[in-house]
This record gives sequence, structure tokens and C-alpha cells, in this order.
Amino acid sequence: MSTQYEIITSKNLVAGYPGKIVWRDASLSINRGEFVAVIGPNGAGKTTLFRLLLGLQQPVSGTIKIFGAAPKRGNPQISYVPQRHIFDSDANVESLELVRLGFSGKKWGLGLFSHEDRKAALDVLEDVGATDFAHRSLGVLSGGELQRIFLAEALVSKPTLLLLDEPLSNLDMRRERELLQLINSVVRSRNVTVLLIAHNINPLLPYLDKVIYIANGKVATGTPKEVLTSASLSALFGVQVEVLQDSRGNIAVVGIEDCHGCRTE
Amino acid sequence: MTFSINPLIDLQQMFQYQFMQHAFEAGTVVAIIAGIVGYFVVLRRSSFAAHALSHIGFSGAAAAVLVGVSPVYGLLLFTSVGGLGIAMLGRRAANRDVEIGIVLALMLGLGVLFLSLYTGYATEAYSILFGEILGVSFSNVLLTLIAGVIVIVFISFVYRPLLFASLDEDVAEAKGLPVVLLGIIFMLLVAVATSFAVQVVGVLLIFSLMVTPAATAQLLAKRPGRVIIISTVIALIATWLGLFIGFFEPYPVSFFITTIVFFFYLFVRFITPRIKNFVLVSEYET
Repeated sequence: MSTQYEIITSKNLVAGYPGKIVWRDASLSINRGEFVAVIGPNGAGKTTLFRLLLGLQQPVSGTIKIFGAAPKRGNPQISYVPQRHIFDSDANVESLELVRLGFSGKKWGLGLFSHEDRKAALDVLEDVGATDFAHRSLGVLSGGELQRIFLAEALVSKPTLLLLDEPLSNLDMRRERELLQLINSVVRSRNVTVLLIAHNINPLLPYLDKVIYIANGKVATGTPKEVLTSASLSALFGVQVEVLQDSRGNIAVVGIEDCHGCRTE
Repeated sequence: MTFSINPLIDLQQMFQYQFMQHAFEAGTVVAIIAGIVGYFVVLRRSSFAAHALSHIGFSGAAAAVLVGVSPVYGLLLFTSVGGLGIAMLGRRAANRDVEIGIVLALMLGLGVLFLSLYTGYATEAYSILFGEILGVSFSNVLLTLIAGVIVIVFISFVYRPLLFASLDEDVAEAKGLPVVLLGIIFMLLVAVATSFAVQVVGVLLIFSLMVTPAATAQLLAKRPGRVIIISTVIALIATWLGLFIGFFEPYPVSFFITTIVFFFYLFVRFITPRIKNFVLVSEYET
């Protein structure tokens, strides 16, 4: 069991912009080493939560504390992997170089003779099983390989909190499972807290400690057993919904148009 | 002048002329800064912004000629202001093609007006548009050298953050890097590099030093440090060779430089993969 101390707490948090509230009344409590899924329909404000935690956006009202203080941009304890499926450039750049920048990208000056970042990058690339394609160009990697590189880039600075925005989208089921197993083992072995935005909660269920369900301008949070019930989700969506469970524990939410349990993509 | 059989004698003959010494000195510095800055231009997909800056610089150069100072001062002023403007437009200047294009057209128009108001030689326009490295003065060589040192010192200082912000802007921003400030610094570096490169290849041929060498180098290497070195070497070879041929042949130096970099690109793009392929296949067969 990891040492249980709170790293994210919020009370009556309201997100958005004055005049356009995205969601309100979020009271979160996330502990060190927890694997947390952030679930909700498109546009519900899942990425908004990340932006608040990163200090890229300010809350409309309410309080949010991360490591006991208000979020501040550039907190070295947090690593962030934004949502992207392909690399935003057809530039021919070695994958290892991106991971190195995760370690030393904030350092000003040339540092020609420092190879500290290279060593750190190679170590973490090995941990995420990316050694084979570490020297390949970012532009030629598959979706699953890229996610491993991004994970390495995020982990190389040894964060305590990892924010992953839809790392599973665009992966087939097998790659999805492999990446989840990897993320889970990283969380457990390094005692890192992970918040992972996803569309479908089912593949995540075996690993999760907590769920943050954002929908209808509201936020429900707690353990999967607490949140993923007919009563809790009906309260969240404001309409009567039913949570169905199959023999393997997979759930489906029935009664809303955007069916999150279902695999629709 | 014609080539002799011995290239050493040719070199000796060429360097007897002070204007050729100046041309080589300025050309060398320009090739180095264009080769380095060009890598970031290609990496950030800002080649259109670089193109626009040189055209904005055209009106600056024309204005400088009109008031009777060296065109490079007008270039520096106009490209710096233009660069600031483009950087302020936002994170993805590359997506601001329309706005940049509109300003670009206005500036070219202004340049034409300034030149028509200028009653001196028509050759001024020609040298701004296509470069006139053979006429560069000693004071301009000195100015180029100072600019070169400033650009290299700046790049060394911002190297890793700029690389990070160019490659992975969202993560760099979340990590607390000043991405907007880095964007401004980058555009100012492009402004300075462009202003001096105009002396060599002119406003219209700026791509031959600012984009082609880096684009070619990127096909040959994956590590930023190596790409920058290769890009600089290509720009240097093209500039030196262009000057050397241009001394003996009665055609413009900028024509030779553009042609040389173009053939570098063609060779690397189409011939090198075949050679690699051939080597791989023959290794496999043996």
C-alpha cells in the first residue's frame, strides 16, 4: 500500500469562464499513487480539469490545491501528455531527442557536454518498452509506439502526478490493453498518481482506484463502485439512467444518447 | 576572367580583389546563420513567415535607399517589426497565411512606391530583389559579423527551450516555458538572418539559404545538432562555390547559389534513398 496522502483537493470548484460555466461543484480528493479515470461526453470539460491542474486556466470560483498549494504553471512534479494521435510535424526527428527534451528542455544554454539527459532518456525508454524504436523518427511511429514515447517524455522528469489526455483513442483493443497495463505498472512501481482521460471506462475498470465522471455541467467523483451506479449517474445526468453490468464486470450506461459504456468508435 | 587549370591559382587570383574578400567574409557569416536559423524555420513550419519577412524587408530596404542609408538598416527595422507582428499573431503563425499574405502584399506595394520615388540607379531594386554580394562594403561585412555573433550567442542560449517549444509546444507550455516569448525571439532571429541573407541572395531567393539547406539536411539526419551542422555545411558550400564560379563567369552569384542548393536537395531527395536501398539489398544478398 502506498503512503496515502492527498495530492489534489478541491472544494466547490467551478470551471470555465465568467458567463460560460463548463462545470460546477467539483469536490475532489485524490491521493498519492492512485490511478484515476476522467470520464465524460465530448465537450464536458475533461481537458478543462487538466488545464486547471496545470495552472493554465484559473477557476471561476472555489478552491483547488495540488501538493497543498494553488496550481502553478511549470510545476516540476506534474507531467502532461496532451491529446494527439500523430506527431504534429512530419519533421524527421529521432524519438530519443523528444524524450531527452522532457528532461532538459527547460535548461537554457547549450550544455554541449552534458549527456545526463541522454542517459535518463534511455533508461526510461527501456522502462516503457520503447528501446526498439527509440532511434526511429517520430514521424514513422505507430499510434501505440508514439504513446510510449510520450509516456517516456512525461516520466523522464520523475513527476509525482501524470496527466494523460486520451492516450487510448486511436488504438486497437490489443494495443489499448498493452498500454493500460504499462501505465498501471508505472503507477504502481513509481508511486505516481495518474489522471487519465478516456472515452470508454471498461478497459480501465480492472486498474482504477477512482473515477471522476464529468457530465451535464456536474462532476461526480469517488471509487468506481460509488460513481458507476444507477443512482449516482442519474443524479449526474439529471435523467433516469441505468447502469448495466455484464458477466465480466463491463458496464453500460443506458438512457443517455452518448453511451459511454458502449464501444461505438 | 576565365578558369585556369589549377584551382589554387584561381583562388589566389580571386582573393587579390578586396571585393571578393568582403564577399567571402559576409557570405560565410550569412551561410552559417541561415543554416542554423533555417533549421528552426523548417522545424516550426514557418517557411511562409520567413518568406513574408523578406518581402516586408523589401519595403524597408527600399525606404533605406530612399533616405540614403544602407539597405540593411531598413531591412533590419522592417523585418524586426514584421517578425514581432507575426509572433504576436499567435501560437501557430503558420496558420495565419491569409493575414500574413495581406500584409506582405501591402509591403511589396510600399516598396515599389519608395523605389519609384528614388531617382538614383535602377540597379538598387535589382540588388535588393536578387542580391548583390559582390558589392558589399567593409562596414557591412563588420555589421554582418556582429549580427552573426549575436544570432549564434542567442541561439546557444535558447537552444533547448526553443527546440522543445518548436517540437512539442503544448507540453513545453505546461512545463512553464515562455512559449510566446520564445516565438518572438525566434521571429527576431529569422528577421536578423533574413536581413543579412538578402545581401547575398536577395529578397526573392531567400529560400535558397533559409529553407533549402535545412530541408535537405533533415533528409540526412534525425538529431537536431547534426541536422544543423549539415544544413550549415550545405549553405557554406553553396555560397563559396557560388562566389567562386560567379567570379569567373559573367552570371549572378545568387543564381549559382540557388542552383547548387537545389541540386543538393534533388540529389539527397532522390538519389540517396536509392543508394541506401542498393547497399541494404546487396548486404542482404551476401
